[in-house]
Amino acid sequence: MSTQESRERAPGALDLLKGLGKGLATTARTLARPAHTRQYPHAEPDLPERSHGVIALLEENCTSCMLCARECPSWCIYIDSHKETLEPTTEGGRARQHNVLDRFDIDFSLCMYCGICIEVCPFDALFWAPDFAYAEGDIRNLLHDKPKLGTWMENVPDSALPEGYVRPGDPATPETEE
Amino acid sequence: MELPLTVEIILKAVVVLAAFLTLPLAIGQTEHKVMAHMQGRLGPMEAGPHGIAQLVADGIKFVQKEDVTPAAADRWVFRLAPAVALIPYLIALAAIPWSAAWVAADVPASLLFVLAVTSVGIFGTLMAGWGSGNKYSLVGGMRAGAQLVSYELPMVLAAASVAMAAGTLSLTGIAQAWSWWWLVWQLPGALVFLIAAVAELQRVPFDAPVADAEVVFGPYTEYSGLGFAFFLLAEYAGIVVMSLLFTVLFLGGWSGPWSDTLGPVWTLLKATMVAILILWLRIAWPRVREDQLQRLAWVVLVPVALVQLALTGVGVVVWG
Repeated sequence: MSTQESRERAPGALDLLKGLGKGLATTARTLARPAHTRQYPHAEPDLPERSHGVIALLEENCTSCMLCARECPSWCIYIDSHKETLEPTTEGGRARQHNVLDRFDIDFSLCMYCGICIEVCPFDALFWAPDFAYAEGDIRNLLHDKPKLGTWMENVPDSALPEGYVRPGDPATPETEE
Repeated sequence: MELPLTVEIILKAVVVLAAFLTLPLAIGQTEHKVMAHMQGRLGPMEAGPHGIAQLVADGIKFVQKEDVTPAAADRWVFRLAPAVALIPYLIALAAIPWSAAWVAADVPASLLFVLAVTSVGIFGTLMAGWGSGNKYSLVGGMRAGAQLVSYELPMVLAAASVAMAAGTLSLTGIAQAWSWWWLVWQLPGALVFLIAAVAELQRVPFDAPVADAEVVFGPYTEYSGLGFAFFLLAEYAGIVVMSLLFTVLFLGGWSGPWSDTLGPVWTLLKATMVAILILWLRIAWPRVREDQLQRLAWVVLVPVALVQLALTGVGVVVWG
């Protein structure tokens, strides 16, 4: 009961002075410590490798299934594709059709970085990359096409890549490693 | 070396004006930096080395901005208010001694003069509050008026105590009569004076008249460009004047080792300490509610100041 009472007691003059002193002490202590600020344009930030900076496209994995474009809440993904026929490789075989990706654009002036496209992609074609400094002077220049989206694959961390994927220009393949 | 009177007056005026234009900027820059580091930040870093020219850049920005007078404003009152707020501090600065010899205008009863002149500054705030034709400004102006009426009294009482102890109303005389044990003898009065000075400057924790979350910066809501810059300058000039005044009244002004030659340096050093304390309060403390603010003045400060006055009276009779 006594603790209850002391909790409900209105703060007296002594509590007030104590609080004021605490405020002064806290700020003085912070003054004595180095600041937390990082001077960004002069010093690059130290970001976690899984930072949600930009959406990268692994073009060879894309099947033009349109799931990402349809799930995108801000309708900022534009996909065009056409079908091509593959001739049968064996005698008497059947010709197969596959989709060829003509256009894969993301309009980063509309994108709200929800990452739903990355979540829904069943073929591991979209990834978060930590790159962030891609501002443009003109809003129209934020519409990025597939070569540009592909360049961001470079900084996607290894842990996020699909198993067995070999980066372009990387000589080591899983076969030669074993 | 004797200079002709006119040359001497002009020289002194130029020096005071230069001090008036640089010291508030120094205080403002100090506030930027001290506040930033007390909050774990760096503050301005881009304008010059460590942002030293930030306030100059701000001044250039203010000059470029359009000076808007609202249609509903009382035009002359509105336009005149920044000058009325600013100039009293310039006049007060001229009358405050930096050492026995370093005083631009050595008027008799300079304590009375300085206190009277700084009280005029509040009319600028009141005029701004009234003339803006804005309800927030009006409420802010009224708050400022109420605050000034309340805190002027304990301030004058605390200053009267020192004047009584020194037996003179001249600031130079008070600082010369000062000796170290006044730090204890006049301590309650000093605290009252400091609190009242912060309230007079409308600084945190007594910034209810300009509380941005309540009255949208109160009397200054409608000001832009140079008018707004003048009000800001007046605030920092006020800190300079109040810090110097506190130094001269309660910290002995220029007294210290080698005060014959280093006197003004001692004054500057002590005043800087007081100014930083005033800045520190803003960073560490929350705002006092309007009714708490009035209560503090009338229930705590006025009685304490009266007790100090009685204590000083007894001291003067017994030891004097």
